[in-house]
Amino acid sequence: MELAAQKEGWSLTEMAQNVARDIHDGAYVNLGIGMPEMVAGFIPEGREVIYHTENGLLGMGAVAASGSEDPELVNAGKKYVTAIPGAAYFHHADSFAMIRGGHIDICVLGAYQVSQEGDLANWSTGNPEDIPAVGGAMDLVAGVPSVFVITKHCTKSGEAKIVKECNYPLTGKKVVSRIYTDLAIIDVQNEKLFVREMAPGVTFESLQQQTGAEIHLIQEMEGHDKKE
Amino acid sequence: MINKIVESAAEAVAGIFDGATVMISGFGEAGSPVELIHALVDQRAKNLTVVSNNAGSGHVGLAALIENRQVSKIICSFPRTTISVVFPEMYRRGEIELELVPQGTLAERIRAGGAGIPAFYTPTSVNTPLAEGKEVRRFNGRDYVLEHAIKADFSLVKCHMADKYGNLVYNKTARNFGPVMCMAAKTTIVQARKIVELGEIDPECVVTPGIFVHRIVEVSNPADESKLVAEERRYPWN
Repeated sequence: MELAAQKEGWSLTEMAQNVARDIHDGAYVNLGIGMPEMVAGFIPEGREVIYHTENGLLGMGAVAASGSEDPELVNAGKKYVTAIPGAAYFHHADSFAMIRGGHIDICVLGAYQVSQEGDLANWSTGNPEDIPAVGGAMDLVAGVPSVFVITKHCTKSGEAKIVKECNYPLTGKKVVSRIYTDLAIIDVQNEKLFVREMAPGVTFESLQQQTGAEIHLIQEMEGHDKKE
Repeated sequence: MINKIVESAAEAVAGIFDGATVMISGFGEAGSPVELIHALVDQRAKNLTVVSNNAGSGHVGLAALIENRQVSKIICSFPRTTISVVFPEMYRRGEIELELVPQGTLAERIRAGGAGIPAFYTPTSVNTPLAEGKEVRRFNGRDYVLEHAIKADFSLVKCHMADKYGNLVYNKTARNFGPVMCMAAKTTIVQARKIVELGEIDPECVVTPGIFVHRIVEVSNPADESKLVAEERRYPWN
């Protein structure tokens, strides 16, 4: 942890906290597999959020305690979970009607790449050796009004994940609303990237260097003054 | 007299023919009708097209059916898991065909198949490789892709409770594809943990009405697929 604290930017925990802060009271939320799952742990007190898991549960609770796992109660990542009082089970077509029909307010997903226009690539690297698998990602980005992406700003080898145009196969075109990285929080609007917030120690110049597309200050966003 | 109950899993899967399209319920192990699949392994029907969300784990259940070379094509949203070995190997060798479908599109194509809707437009997958070659049409300023219904000759489904009319109740997230798959097959075959008397299932709580179900077998202690995988079991049993 000490090592992480010395590094530039936000930790994974802080990234998850940043996302959680933007989830409103009463929201119906779908969290993708992996890093997005962390967000549930940081919803500010006083807010009630209902979690949807696309395999047929609204009102997903915490991960099941060791010893009380139920193989017939799992989340989309096939982890053993629990259901809260007031939960509901339903079949897959209903579950994706909730998604495609625009009833889920927010989804949080991981990414291989996000383009400046909000295109998302998160299901395939295009490597012919990989077994193609898509799951529910394309349905989520097509149907959920607010698509939040949580991701490291760059790949392990230092390549920008936020790019002019994705070269990995797309999950959806012009679908991402906001990107939460270890370096910044970035809004996608009118096919441009606007920096809402930067992690301590990060400068606009260094952020631009690590981003594969042009970034703008939030003040330049149309109607920004009226919104804040 | 209506009585859809059969005495064994073998009897339940009788008549599944070579080249049939077979839907198999489940999201990973949750809702996977392992005993019916194993009966189908014993029954040996081959050249099957399987419709299922995943492609099996370890060497049991759906993975055993694939490993036994009974499946020539799978229509699936997520054929890859950390513990799936059979499908990836056969796919890389070009021994099994894959039609990859987004999960919600898969569910809706099956639902449409059961509901008498031949095709529908959906926003999912527009502008992605999975929409290539498909008709795109614009409604209210937005593009949608045409997707076709899927129907099956047989569906194999696991549920919690059934009666002899075929009314079904499921258990938690094991419901997943079960209800839509029951609707979409000419012959729907169900394994139930418990068969109860008519009237014991509250009509308000029936999830799948019996009209969609044709054969029911009681499997009171179904195997936990994950346990079998962890124990490195194989079917036919090692």
